[in-house]
Amino acid sequence: MYHYNDFDRAFLNERNAQFRAQVERRVAGNLTEDEFKPLRLMNGLYLQLHAYMLRVAIPYGTLSGAQMRRLGDVAAKYDKGYGHFTTRQNIQYNWPTLSDVPDILDSLGEVGLHAIQTSGNTIRNVTADHFAGAAKDEIEDPRPVAELLRQWSTDHPEFQFLPRKFKIAITGSPNDRAVTKAHDIGLRMVRNEAGEPGFEVIVGGGLGRTPMVGKVLRAFLPKADLLPYCEAVVSVWNTLGRRDNKYKARIKITVHENGIEKISELVEERFNTLRPQFSGVDQELLADIEAHFQPPVWEASDTGVFDAAYATDPVFRSWVDTNITDHKRDDHAIVSVSLKAHGDTPGDATTEQMHLLADIARDHAYDELRISHEQNVILPHVKKSDLPAIFEQLKTAGLGTANIGLASDIIACPGMDYCALATARSIPVAQQIANRVQELGVEHDIGALKIKISGCINACGHHHVGHIGILGLDRAGVENYQITLGGDGTETAAVGERAGPGFAYDAIVPAIERLVLGYLDLRTDPSETFLATYRRLGAAPFKALLYPEDAKHAA
Amino acid sequence: MSRRPFTPKVITANHLISGDVIYWSADSCWVSAHADAALFTEQDAADAQFAIANAQQQIAVGVMLADAVMGDNGPEPVHFREEFRATGPSNYFHGKQAEIASAGA
Repeated sequence: MYHYNDFDRAFLNERNAQFRAQVERRVAGNLTEDEFKPLRLMNGLYLQLHAYMLRVAIPYGTLSGAQMRRLGDVAAKYDKGYGHFTTRQNIQYNWPTLSDVPDILDSLGEVGLHAIQTSGNTIRNVTADHFAGAAKDEIEDPRPVAELLRQWSTDHPEFQFLPRKFKIAITGSPNDRAVTKAHDIGLRMVRNEAGEPGFEVIVGGGLGRTPMVGKVLRAFLPKADLLPYCEAVVSVWNTLGRRDNKYKARIKITVHENGIEKISELVEERFNTLRPQFSGVDQELLADIEAHFQPPVWEASDTGVFDAAYATDPVFRSWVDTNITDHKRDDHAIVSVSLKAHGDTPGDATTEQMHLLADIARDHAYDELRISHEQNVILPHVKKSDLPAIFEQLKTAGLGTANIGLASDIIACPGMDYCALATARSIPVAQQIANRVQELGVEHDIGALKIKISGCINACGHHHVGHIGILGLDRAGVENYQITLGGDGTETAAVGERAGPGFAYDAIVPAIERLVLGYLDLRTDPSETFLATYRRLGAAPFKALLYPEDAKHAA
Repeated sequence: MSRRPFTPKVITANHLISGDVIYWSADSCWVSAHADAALFTEQDAADAQFAIANAQQQIAVGVMLADAVMGDNGPEPVHFREEFRATGPSNYFHGKQAEIASAGA
């Protein structure tokens, strides 16, 4: 993985020193809040409902053991002993004080982590497939390109005052685990007819109040053209994007209002200007970065221990069946560690859990970890023979839940328990649904199901692309929850359709229960997933499950 | 144009350093508990105190008026958002609810 050079370290130290001085000036009264707010936001510091919140970037979701250990240290020393992993592969600390934040940033800087551009109208943390570098279906590891994009976009002078925030996601696999079609720019690695790797460039996707599936701007972009092309896209939008109305400022609206053809024309024109200005230094940089991402020296291993445990231990077998994904090497595996223990807060990890994960990474996983947009932790490279021992260790820290991709593996934003923008709570709804499916004991029977919950229309909880999406709203001073059905965040992306009137706080969990239990009767056989059943039958039978009274009247 | 009838309000903000939710008291200072806040039943008094509170940029951030009603132990929030601000999150026993518990212990 990428290791900071002297330039990176000097840049980060300087930024942190600047922010320390800005905090001092604010506290001394030499800066007003209006003056200070954009400065703190540039460094990831929000003021939320109960306290400040510091959002730390985990670039393309990749962490070393030492970095994870430090995240845990920061949680213990400066927060309440936990952190919250988000749908943008960041970590948020919910309780720092303003006076501690400069020390926190220095501490993070020591292990090459920062909070720069995790807020504000800038290019945000570049997100990537959380299985990058390990996935069997991958064309190439997309992270060198993601790191190149991080370096290019960090403090880019042209892009510090964009019309609105700008998010880039990248995947090296045909199976899209990075929700690329719901980003301002989505990059999907593909091969051309000559077999060379390049990118399908998708633009104008996004969730929020106007959800849109991104459109293909370029079917094949040679890898070497990526930086000038991305610069052209952002540059065109920076000029054309609307600044009169923040709800119409994102590039999805620019694409929608101008049409993809017009945007394509302008981007190609700008690209032709920019392309010659990139003298090749970006490619030299990329070559250097690629050297950082060489795969580890694989330790070959016999799978006998694994095979025996799998055959004899049903608890281990269940965990393997749900939480393990094929690795590009047959004697290795990708482990998804669930941060969704039933009844716990989705995405939260305690200091002890972070430290244990750091230890496991160091001892058994080539010192690598990933954070997924689904708010789980990934050990991307694990020898199969180590899996039984790792599972035992994970269980001791409440990290052995076997529910990846199932009904209780719920994405939930912080909602009104923390967020100043929220209109309703998300976390307790997620907790109750997870507890309920466990009580019913139907989770493994239901199978693949993505439930995603947002506590406001901004859709940090990705509800639009949940097979079942839940949106919490404030209806006349009372929490109310709308359900959307049939959303999909993968390569077959779709925005979910609203099922009907919303449900009160105490009625939403029973509604979800009717939906998932009813699905069991609707599917043709256990292999037909919730989403496939929805696509086959349409919304009507699912609406009947949600609104049985209406169904009676209609009968 | 007729103004909407004034409903009783408290003045609230977040503390600059700690980020804690704070309320403006009848003694014209910041306090931690919603029940200790001054409840303004008239627009003019609310506006006048708001101006004083809002000038305290060194202490308070995001000064605003929030609807409240008088309860048995002092003002109580009306909207659920203000209830959460006055107590803390529902997933952990953190924030004000913990402060109140430890102060009472």
